[in-house]
Amino acid sequence: MSTRLSTGGKYLNRSDQRRFTFNGKQFTGYEGDTLASALLANDQMLMGRSFKYHRPRGVVASGAEEPNALVNLGTGGTFEPNQRATTTELFDGLTATSQNHWPSLEFDIGVANNAMARFFPAGFYYKTFMAPRAAWKHVFEPIVRQSAGLGQVPKDRDADTYEHFYAFYDVVIVGGGVAGLQAALAAGSAGAKVLLMEQTAHLGGRAVIDGGEVDGKPVDAWVADAGETLDAMPNVTVRLRMMGAGVYDHGYVLGYERVRDHDPMAEGPRHRLWRIRTQQIVTATGAIERPLSFAGNDIPGVMLASAVRDYVDGYGVSPGDRTVVVTNNDDAYRTAISLKKAGLEVPVILDARASGGGALADEAKGLGIRVETGKGIAKVKGGKRVTGVAVCAQAGEGAVLEEIACDAVAMSGGWSPVVHLWSHCGGKLFWDEDQAHFRPDPNRPPTSHDGKGFVIPAGSANGPMDLAEVMGDAHAAGLAAAKALGLKSGKAAAPKVAPQPEAAMEPVWLMPQGAGPKLRMKAWLDYQNDVKVSDVRLAAQEGYESVEHTKRYTTLGMATDQGKLSNINGLAVLSDALNQPIPATGTTTFRPPYTPISFGAIAGEARADTFQPLRKTPIHDWHEAQGAFFEPVGHWRRPYCFPRQGETHSDAVNREINQTRKSVGLLDASTLGKIIVKGPDAGRFLDMLYTNMMSTLKPGKCRYGLMCNENGFLIDDGVVARIDEDTFLCHTTTGGAERIHGWMEDWLQCEWWDWKVFTANVTEQFAQIAVVGPNARKVLEKLGGMDVSKDALAFMEWKDGQLGGFDCRAYRISFSGELSYEIAVPASQGRAFWDALLVAGEEFGMMPYGTEALHVMRAEKGFIMIGDETDGTVIPQDLGLNWAISKKKEDFLGKRAQERPHMTDPSRWKLVGLETLDGSVIPDGSYAIAEGTNANGQRNTQGRVTSTYYSPTLEKGIAMGLVLYGPDRMGEVIEFNKVDGSTVAARIVDPVFYDKDGEKQNV
Amino acid sequence: MLTLQCPYCGVWAEETELHAEGEAHLKRFGPGSDDADFESYLFMRENPKGVHFERWRHSHGCGKFFHAARCTMTLKVFGTYPAQTLEPPQDIKDRISETYPGWTWRNFK
Repeated sequence: MSTRLSTGGKYLNRSDQRRFTFNGKQFTGYEGDTLASALLANDQMLMGRSFKYHRPRGVVASGAEEPNALVNLGTGGTFEPNQRATTTELFDGLTATSQNHWPSLEFDIGVANNAMARFFPAGFYYKTFMAPRAAWKHVFEPIVRQSAGLGQVPKDRDADTYEHFYAFYDVVIVGGGVAGLQAALAAGSAGAKVLLMEQTAHLGGRAVIDGGEVDGKPVDAWVADAGETLDAMPNVTVRLRMMGAGVYDHGYVLGYERVRDHDPMAEGPRHRLWRIRTQQIVTATGAIERPLSFAGNDIPGVMLASAVRDYVDGYGVSPGDRTVVVTNNDDAYRTAISLKKAGLEVPVILDARASGGGALADEAKGLGIRVETGKGIAKVKGGKRVTGVAVCAQAGEGAVLEEIACDAVAMSGGWSPVVHLWSHCGGKLFWDEDQAHFRPDPNRPPTSHDGKGFVIPAGSANGPMDLAEVMGDAHAAGLAAAKALGLKSGKAAAPKVAPQPEAAMEPVWLMPQGAGPKLRMKAWLDYQNDVKVSDVRLAAQEGYESVEHTKRYTTLGMATDQGKLSNINGLAVLSDALNQPIPATGTTTFRPPYTPISFGAIAGEARADTFQPLRKTPIHDWHEAQGAFFEPVGHWRRPYCFPRQGETHSDAVNREINQTRKSVGLLDASTLGKIIVKGPDAGRFLDMLYTNMMSTLKPGKCRYGLMCNENGFLIDDGVVARIDEDTFLCHTTTGGAERIHGWMEDWLQCEWWDWKVFTANVTEQFAQIAVVGPNARKVLEKLGGMDVSKDALAFMEWKDGQLGGFDCRAYRISFSGELSYEIAVPASQGRAFWDALLVAGEEFGMMPYGTEALHVMRAEKGFIMIGDETDGTVIPQDLGLNWAISKKKEDFLGKRAQERPHMTDPSRWKLVGLETLDGSVIPDGSYAIAEGTNANGQRNTQGRVTSTYYSPTLEKGIAMGLVLYGPDRMGEVIEFNKVDGSTVAARIVDPVFYDKDGEKQNV
Repeated sequence: MLTLQCPYCGVWAEETELHAEGEAHLKRFGPGSDDADFESYLFMRENPKGVHFERWRHSHGCGKFFHAARCTMTLKVFGTYPAQTLEPPQDIKDRISETYPGWTWRNFK
């Protein structure tokens, strides 16, 4: 059994006990524990079930690479699935449940999959779910949905807060082990602005557990001193619990800081995403131990040798009373020595190397530990817990020489440098034969904007595993980073460490090397996704040669641990099956983030009300107070209608229209784009931008204009007012202001840069209010001020003046067909002016109206709306707007395109009005159907609806649409499809339904 | 994420501050141009693996459009320069030649 040792545990504070629950059971641990170490201390080795076969699984590792010990953490608004127990620091009141099992962790029905394992071979998804087609919906999908997935989806809104943090450094060092510390000392003392981040809660990394001497001090004392030295340097920042999540182009780094996961009651954000720009990045990310592939290597109790050592020395936990150590290198002997020194039994060290180990092996033997060389594990015995191992010769096929009882196995297949961050942005690797691992190729680093490398690997992440070499390499890396910045090296000296030579490791990709199919089927590569040696071999047999294909076919390395333990072993097995050297197989692509980061951290503050900033007009608060129903228009919110007590939205729209047409209405039109175009060449410039002539417009006058892109398609429309000889004010659509302003700047800056024109987007400088209806003039006259009579201010004219004491500019323009004034006042006066208008309009029953009433009224008049009548493929000619296209101008944007054959094709669908015979409203998006079907068996079409409304003025459904030869087919009845499959008959009519001669607006 | 230096305001701008605006040095063909020229102007774009000339706008900064010469493969930036030109400056061309001797891009080399 696993238990807490009475002494020891470098990370523990035994005076601070912590209570937590796992699957409802009460447990205790100490400050400094991880959830994994605390569970082990309570003899809870079984922590989860595997994904595919639901096999019982215990913890394998002690850090970020852990594949098995994933738990649901928290409840309600703090619930989160798939949290690694090994990186979850214990806090008082922690609640965890195991996942991926039913009905319980101890007894899981899904384990039946395990017995059926030979029916779930590699690629079984592709093989099984192909046919028959109906089976997917009725058989496979319900089963897959029930049993697939790790953890549960949170049901509540996340109760925590998150934030983004922007930071700038000269050098970012990822990893706070001895290598990271030394690199920081070297770069920091040279004067660089340094950020050092460490993903765990303590500095020093593996060295604190593995021991050794640096500069004549025990390594943990050196780590403490180095931490203090760095703290005292004003140009160095050290952050714990912060992971280097990803390295991106040109020195961009994401840091993922878990601010208070270990202390949930603390104030502040839970996670912080650091978005960092830096000149140089030092990856001191260490190395990860590889498992060995032998049968039963996934049975709870089989752990990485380094993890066993961590639990014993770091957390004062015994993973088992009797631990068999199996290895192909010297490092695992440290685990045997640790166990022995902690008073635990090590029945045997199985060293796969025929020649055995070096100095560490001698030390182990000196402690009385039995060492067997050239031996391995044929299979591990046990179900939910290791009960023993069967020993065999590594060179053989698995004939059992001896069975040894034990309750834990510590395995080591060698070490792989953590090259993820080096590789994220294109750093290349090479295969190191001696250590059987990929490591960074210093000649092919990821390059920055200047073409020079910007990532420097340091310490074990660069290959060296011996402490002396690690420290030397890290010092050099820190200096190299400083040098790249043009800094001279400071006074930090390379640390002195006595080398501790180890005997060479020997790669072992399968144990025993001749293991047959039966053993291979139980030799796990990827614990989390249940991929075995046999699966990878099968994939190779079926023709999967590329490692990327094999990965996807077998799902090797595709789980949330992204193959941190499995990748190298997997591609070694693949290389062996393909009979090619490992570098020829290569690795899969390393992609950020290094370990999963929370969605909360990615979203940061951008949620709920702050997800997207809203644009509000100066009158917005009034609309809100009136209970307006808003609709989004770009980033604006505009009132759709102003419903009164008991009114539906359509009631409100009809009332607003009727009152406007009968008496007077009021519209907040402040969102319309307003762009000043000024300069001696302004007229010439607008002649190029608009399809019609603007240079001939007289000051004081307004003209409606159309803008097209160079494809000839209509992109915006609006009224242009000429302010003076050099100045125009261009109105754009609400959503188009920024885009059109950018469009103008594009042409002025990049094509006609010698033209003397300036533009300014003044949309938000003015509130603009439309006073609309037969009584509009009376309302303004009641306000008093400027002369707004027909003679003084005729249709399509504008004038500056005062109304009710407000400085204003009044435009006689109309989008409703009624007598209409659009009055602009400074934004700061907008609300006051609106209030003054409401008072003046009271006796006329003036009502505010919203965007829907605006839409209906413009449709009654046959006015087009950008985005309704246009969709990016419509030219003005399609809309019968030829009158607004100059024939005199030699050139304007879109003119050449409109001469292309397809644009002049008479069979282009053209704008018409549509009246249903039964008075109903044609559904939005309807198509006019034609005889016959197309090649796909779909009904042929001859047009489509672009705008469709109930008109309270005409008391029937009206619509506009684009119809084949439409203008030539007046009076003809065509059918439009409805959602229920039936059709509605509509007559083709003139699109102007109301006041065809424009008499009402021109009074 | 790219960083480019705006040649107008001098800021080293992040990609999020900028807006990509397509290929640089396009010659506009208007009314009277033949179909082939117009098609080329409207639709035909370079898609090189290597040196490329692009338009960018410092949209969340000074608002200016500028040109950038960069390698689409390595993301090396050879330089940025104002948009009011028909051809990349000689010093940028020289810098490209150091990395890619004998390079060509449309009519430039």
